Amino acid sequence: MAGAYPWLEEIRLKRMVVSDESLEIIAKSFKNFKVLVLSSCEGFTTEGLAAIAANCRNLRELDLRESEVEDLSGRWLSDFPDSYTSLESLNISCLGNEVNLLALERLVSRCPNLKTLRLNRAVPLDRLPNLLRGAPQLAELGTGAYTSEMRPDVFSNLAEAFAGCKQLKTLSGFWDALPSYLPAVYPICSQLTSLNLSYATVQSPDLIKLVSLCEKLQKLWVLDYIEDDGLEILAASCKDLRELRVFPSDPFGLEPNVALTEQGLVSVSEGCPKLQSVLYFCRQMSNAALNTIARNRPNMTRFRLCIIEPRSPDYLTLQPLDDGFGAIVEHCKDLRRLSLSGLLTDRVFEYIGTYGKKLEMLSVAFAGDSDLGLHHVLSGCDNLRKLEIRDCPFGDKALLANAAKLETMRSLWMSSCSVSFGACKVLGQKMPRLNVEVMDESGPPDSRPESSPVEKLYVYRTVAGPRLDMPGFVWTMDDDSALRIS
Amino acid sequence: MSAEKGYAGLGEVAAMGETIGLNLKETELRLGLPGSDSPVKTTTSLGAKRGFSDAIDGKWVLSGNGNANQSGSDLALAKDASLFSSPSDKTNKDTLPLPQPSKPVPAPASKAQVVGWPPIRSFRKNSMATQPPQKNEADAEPKPGCLYVKVSMDGAPYLRKMDLNNYASYRDLSSALEKMFSCFTLSQCGAHGVSSRDNSSESKLRDLLHGSEYVLTYEDKDGDWMLVGDVPWEMFTDSCKRLRIMKSSEAIGLAPRAMEKCRSRN
Repeated sequence: MAGAYPWLEEIRLKRMVVSDESLEIIAKSFKNFKVLVLSSCEGFTTEGLAAIAANCRNLRELDLRESEVEDLSGRWLSDFPDSYTSLESLNISCLGNEVNLLALERLVSRCPNLKTLRLNRAVPLDRLPNLLRGAPQLAELGTGAYTSEMRPDVFSNLAEAFAGCKQLKTLSGFWDALPSYLPAVYPICSQLTSLNLSYATVQSPDLIKLVSLCEKLQKLWVLDYIEDDGLEILAASCKDLRELRVFPSDPFGLEPNVALTEQGLVSVSEGCPKLQSVLYFCRQMSNAALNTIARNRPNMTRFRLCIIEPRSPDYLTLQPLDDGFGAIVEHCKDLRRLSLSGLLTDRVFEYIGTYGKKLEMLSVAFAGDSDLGLHHVLSGCDNLRKLEIRDCPFGDKALLANAAKLETMRSLWMSSCSVSFGACKVLGQKMPRLNVEVMDESGPPDSRPESSPVEKLYVYRTVAGPRLDMPGFVWTMDDDSALRIS
Repeated sequence: MSAEKGYAGLGEVAAMGETIGLNLKETELRLGLPGSDSPVKTTTSLGAKRGFSDAIDGKWVLSGNGNANQSGSDLALAKDASLFSSPSDKTNKDTLPLPQPSKPVPAPASKAQVVGWPPIRSFRKNSMATQPPQKNEADAEPKPGCLYVKVSMDGAPYLRKMDLNNYASYRDLSSALEKMFSCFTLSQCGAHGVSSRDNSSESKLRDLLHGSEYVLTYEDKDGDWMLVGDVPWEMFTDSCKRLRIMKSSEAIGLAPRAMEKCRSRN
């Protein structure tokens, strides 16, 4: 690429393995390089970051969100030269170790256009005020660990520093949050539009106090510690809310540890007229609640519900949740993204195929009875782009009958379903413009009968043909009808 | 209603799927960057395959032996299998073993830790794993086997952690603290002009602690800083969230009576 596009300015990668070498090449080859976003990537160390810092004179954005970085030393930050002032956005929240705090402070205060700063957990709270004072124009801040010995002077210093950030609209971070420090942000709550408290393990009363002050809030990510009560207050206080994500504090526990049920979501759907995007983890749901939510919010565009226990029925009637999700797709005519959970039969897929005309992405797990379910979706959802399925009894018939549909989609993922190796071969042979990839750690698929199901199947369209760099347990079914094993 | 393994031919797959995870960390799936000859793809969903959205980013966790163990979670094997069954659960669970709390029960595939479920990103799982939830004391939770609290000492460069359940009395606690923080006091001794003796550094710390140089305080569950020693030991361990060996000169937040008490003790 370096040879072909020397003026490349932006690289955004997701779920890639990136080496230090690659980062060095980027740093040295692209003279006008401006934006590097590595989302959920891995394979590089802080040495690679040092190369970027030292060489990219025009860098505006360095965002390492959720990547796994081998953190060798915090020194790399000092490699930004003193003359470098163009930083606008920095996200180092994934780094494990402490960065050179002095270097960070100096960097932050000499970059007048810095709008986004997301710190890592290792930045102590008592250093935050200095950083904020160096960048009063900040619009988005991710704190480091939000805890410290409770001291009045530290608190007031922090509160003052926050109050000085008149442009601050987005807050995140809050690891290890100590409730007594939360009031330090009260001065700016009324200007916040986005709040990510999903790492703050504080209880409902403290969350309520904070959230009820955020009258302009549009986006809230929070742990289920907020509970139904907290969501009711949210519904009453934040009338501009557009997106809500509630994450589980104890996802692998067997018993509920918090008083969060379907009722919380119902409250928010009632009270927040602009709510259009939901991700909700809970332990019980009913068709009645889903029905209410659907009727309250026909403007919903993304609805992802995760009932923690697979195949949970309607807890009131013990029926499948087909009708509830059916109501969602029927009433929310602009629904683009849907994730299902709970006990579901083929009927829910019939609803989805009938009503989900704008649906672009569907995630399904532990659902359905037969191939008919898959067939409904593939034949009915005109705008389907991405479909991911796990642990469902969907097999060859529906897949092969709708093979042409797959070419109109971006990708299909199926794992632990009933698709046979033979069907994958047929699909690969018949559809040359698709890459049909089978993943199976137990050995080459042709060492087993053709009828035996594959572990994982990934199908996507391509103009470049099959990949050549796959690891040993991935096979492409292609039109040679011979396996190409890498 | 679909039963556990009711769908034809899937019996093996479900077992396979749960017994054989996929460890994509070994995969090194790469996109050829400048210099290499690999075909450049136009789609962006490359690299570690996207397994299931919101889930462990395509990096399926390797499960050992049918008891799918999630990274970052420590669960289920030892827990009573009967906790799984809820009245609403009508599917055939005759594969559920009888409750045997004393030994790890290999729970049936559907009820065991299913790989990649619930779908939570590994980044989030890892972040949460190192943050114990701040549980409400009012919940009737069984007392944890260990009670780690942070211990700080004014002037020391780093904090320590100690398990309060290891001690039965204030005296035990006191001598443990002496051992733990003795290394920090050598310089203190020098600075304060204490003449070097043949005593160990521990006794120097003890002298400092029992002199009026330092005060041992703790933060209780209400967030208040209290003087250690006023309440019975059990009550103390119940409410203590962290300890601080505070310089007397800093102890301005403590009630004057507490300071009196402290001095009178010495």
